[in-house]
Amino acid sequence: MAARPRTEAAVPASAVRAPGAGLRPSERDEIRRRLGRDPTAAELGMFDVMWSEHCAYKHSRAVLERLPARGPGLLRGPGENAGAVSVGAGWAAVFKMESHNHPSAVAPYHGAATGVGGIIRDILAMGARPIALLDSLRFGPPDDPGVARTIQGVVAGIAGYGNSIGVPTVGGELACAPCYRRNPLVNVACLGLVREDRIATARAAGPGNAVVYLGARTGRDGMHGAAFASAGLAGEAADRSAVQMGDPFAGKLLIEATLQALATGAVVALQDLGAAGLTCALSEMAARGGVGMDVDLGIVPRREDGMTPEEVLLSESQERMLLVVRAGREAEIRRIAGRWGLAAAVIGAITDDRLLVIRDGDDVVTRLDPRHLTDAPSYAPDAVEPAYLAALRGFDPAGLAPAVAEDALVALLRSPGVASKRWVYRQYDHMIQTNTVVPPGADAAVLRIREAAPRGVALTVDGNGRSCYLDPYVGGVLAVLEAAQNLACVGASPAAVTDCLNFASPERPDVFWTFRRAVDGIAHACEALDVPVVGGNVSFYNEAGEGIYPTPVVAMLGRLDDVRRHAGVGWTREGDLIALVGCERGWLDGSEYLAAVHGITAGRLREPDVSAVVRAIRCVREAVAAGVVSSAHDCSEGGIAVALAECSLAGGLGARVVLDAADERRPDEILFGEQVGRIVVSLRPGALGALGDLARRFAVPLKVIGSVGGGRLVVGAGVAPSRAGATAPGSAGPWLDVDLATLAAASDMEERPA
Amino acid sequence: MNIGIVVFPGSNCDADTYHAVRDVLGHHGQYVWHEERSLAGLDAVILPGGFSYGDYLRAGAIATTSPAVRALKPYVAGGGLVLGICNGFQTLLEAGLLPGAMQPNLSGQFRCEFVHLRTERADTPFTCGLKPGDVLRIPIAHAEGRYLIGPAGRPALAAYRQVVFRYCSAHGDVTPAVNPNGSEDAIAGVASPSGAVLGLMPHPERASDELVGGTDGARIFSSLATWIATGRRVSMRPVEVH
Repeated sequence: MAARPRTEAAVPASAVRAPGAGLRPSERDEIRRRLGRDPTAAELGMFDVMWSEHCAYKHSRAVLERLPARGPGLLRGPGENAGAVSVGAGWAAVFKMESHNHPSAVAPYHGAATGVGGIIRDILAMGARPIALLDSLRFGPPDDPGVARTIQGVVAGIAGYGNSIGVPTVGGELACAPCYRRNPLVNVACLGLVREDRIATARAAGPGNAVVYLGARTGRDGMHGAAFASAGLAGEAADRSAVQMGDPFAGKLLIEATLQALATGAVVALQDLGAAGLTCALSEMAARGGVGMDVDLGIVPRREDGMTPEEVLLSESQERMLLVVRAGREAEIRRIAGRWGLAAAVIGAITDDRLLVIRDGDDVVTRLDPRHLTDAPSYAPDAVEPAYLAALRGFDPAGLAPAVAEDALVALLRSPGVASKRWVYRQYDHMIQTNTVVPPGADAAVLRIREAAPRGVALTVDGNGRSCYLDPYVGGVLAVLEAAQNLACVGASPAAVTDCLNFASPERPDVFWTFRRAVDGIAHACEALDVPVVGGNVSFYNEAGEGIYPTPVVAMLGRLDDVRRHAGVGWTREGDLIALVGCERGWLDGSEYLAAVHGITAGRLREPDVSAVVRAIRCVREAVAAGVVSSAHDCSEGGIAVALAECSLAGGLGARVVLDAADERRPDEILFGEQVGRIVVSLRPGALGALGDLARRFAVPLKVIGSVGGGRLVVGAGVAPSRAGATAPGSAGPWLDVDLATLAAASDMEERPA
Repeated sequence: MNIGIVVFPGSNCDADTYHAVRDVLGHHGQYVWHEERSLAGLDAVILPGGFSYGDYLRAGAIATTSPAVRALKPYVAGGGLVLGICNGFQTLLEAGLLPGAMQPNLSGQFRCEFVHLRTERADTPFTCGLKPGDVLRIPIAHAEGRYLIGPAGRPALAAYRQVVFRYCSAHGDVTPAVNPNGSEDAIAGVASPSGAVLGLMPHPERASDELVGGTDGARIFSSLATWIATGRRVSMRPVEVH
């Protein structure tokens, strides 16, 4: 298997950015106050990156405290390199998600590839072996050639890095809207596995212990990447120097070498060199541990000559780790690095004076309290409800002429967010490590945990920018509930959440208001599900051209007690009954139908009955885990009609369905209306009693709406069918009567003429 | 039985192969570090999938300079059995242990998906538990899997019955529509004339467990185990067939 060759290295960034360029005057004053003197140029550069939004969460920190950080099985919450929860039998799942939006806008292939590499090292820094990746992607309309190139580059970058490093990409999501045209979103989640008693820490400790550099050599790439991610894109060629180059081969060696180093017991603490490079890792590890460090940059292994100390401190070269190693055991780590062909160097030692001393040979580059760097100022920006919201809420879809149902269904299936993503995930190795029980294409990916058999985990990423644009609070609630619903459909119960919050500038009051509301929505839904938010990432300043929709993306991890008891999307058997679990009513406001068929993004989102949705989620999870149902799939974008089409396509079987039109609602609303908490299941007729018992136990509405069979999807209106299953559509005649080949052709983006 | 799985820097299917050999099939497997100079004592050697040395040059090219791959020639000359999977197949081609060459997939993209394979030859150590015509469902995962042999090599390939697997439909039909990478003559797996060395692009270790990927791939490992257990030997003087 050949990976894509690396391209040319970046130009020196020192030439394009003055040290401290991102600092406000008040922040410069604060730095002088803390140091009791003027900072040197090198120190200004360090404060610049450490106090950037990307590293310091200056505008978001106070709001993020609203997210619940407690829950059953929680082992590590926010504050470490990644969160961790127990999956049973003494094993922990470690997971985290991060954005790589700005780099992917400038250099799609390398931006996406290093996004994958970076999140893998966060998981590795917890002592865990990375076992799965997921991506949440947003792009402009794919018929724009520039956008198409970006999509191609990002997907190839994820494939090029993930496939080579040997971590399967097991799922994800992709959606398109004009607001992402120049500001694509690339959010990558990674899951790792580690024994609970072997979870590593990033707290430096033990005066006299060695500070060890491990991994690839340091070059000038990615200079000021963190600062770059904390401002709007200028669209200048100079932005390129802020993008790192990934080397998945070195990344793979680093995984093996780091895990072997940890297995020796000689490693006290470790952290990856990510945003802000050595500056960040040195200061954070020292500050967390309440110790000092004395290091010499002159010893840092380099791959280019003539680098200044500032460049070494700020380089974001990839595939590097910083280790604190017990005194006297450095040689063991050197041996392991040598075996894997990586550089290793003792660059300094832990001290007991709480001072970070950084030297370059005989010169002292800085001597300061590392907490000055890590404890950045926090801001509480103004928040004002955006003016556009009132106008959008006033829109009433009742005035629209309903589209022809079959045409609308085909248009929805063709929409990039709804269409099959096979064209994407067939480019990703989603099987390596041979744990992928439910591969991409389902509501959530399911992996077995061999070490804790028969247990398994499920993972999903969810977010809907359009919903958050129309109502950030409801959008935040929906992102969490839809993630939990996706987990339920594969038989998993929610265990933990991590998130990527993608927004425009927090310094704009209308944007900051949407940020706060979205976080409130996420917090509310997580509390209702009793699931902790174990970490996350905020990406502000996504506003090249126009600001993006507020786009919080939620990654949710679920547990399965017995991974053999899972379900998929597709119908499995002719003659099975089809039933709808949960609330029955969907709405056209803010729906994919309005956007894809009518070209309208407007309407008033209804806040879901969260406790009813949570009950429906628990009911379906129980039904899947107990083997009562043969398949399960939630009604998401495109409503029940799209859900039924997806079940038919995935199973290769048609269906006859009758939907209740008793309350004289519009056919398009019945077919394509959206609301969370509606799940389509199929089951053997003999299992209906058991499903009914579950529905009663959870007080969840349950209705049989049809049966599986034939080669067409036929959906009509009528009175509710008997318990024996649906008969022919009622007097109104079928709204939909489509053969599977037509649906498949609509959903297949690959076979589409360019 | 003692099966060696060679680990190169950048191998990433070594653990999966080890798992299939040991945990699923219950045979003894051991990792062989790429710096190993002797393969003596091993009943069979597997070159697993991955990106050996990063594959920034031609896939498998640098691996051929490793001591372990250099040791393959004398090992095979002494009757040893070698299975190259994906990157391992590419390495066997680069090392000249099998004829032909690999090019990037016609799609220009990495492909990870299940394919069907038609068994063309069942008298090798790796296919002795199969019948000619048997269809196996096994996944591929590669960017460079377009096997080419060319007019110069084609007659010998046919004469020595070296094609062991072809891409086919679920029913065993070989058509362009089910050729996932544009391989010449839909070739998915090639053996040495004696059958002692087999290279194939699909990953049998990913289809060795009912819960993940089914068990069709396990039939290749089981064939190997049966062959070794019954003490069969490959004929070092293969018969040319016209």
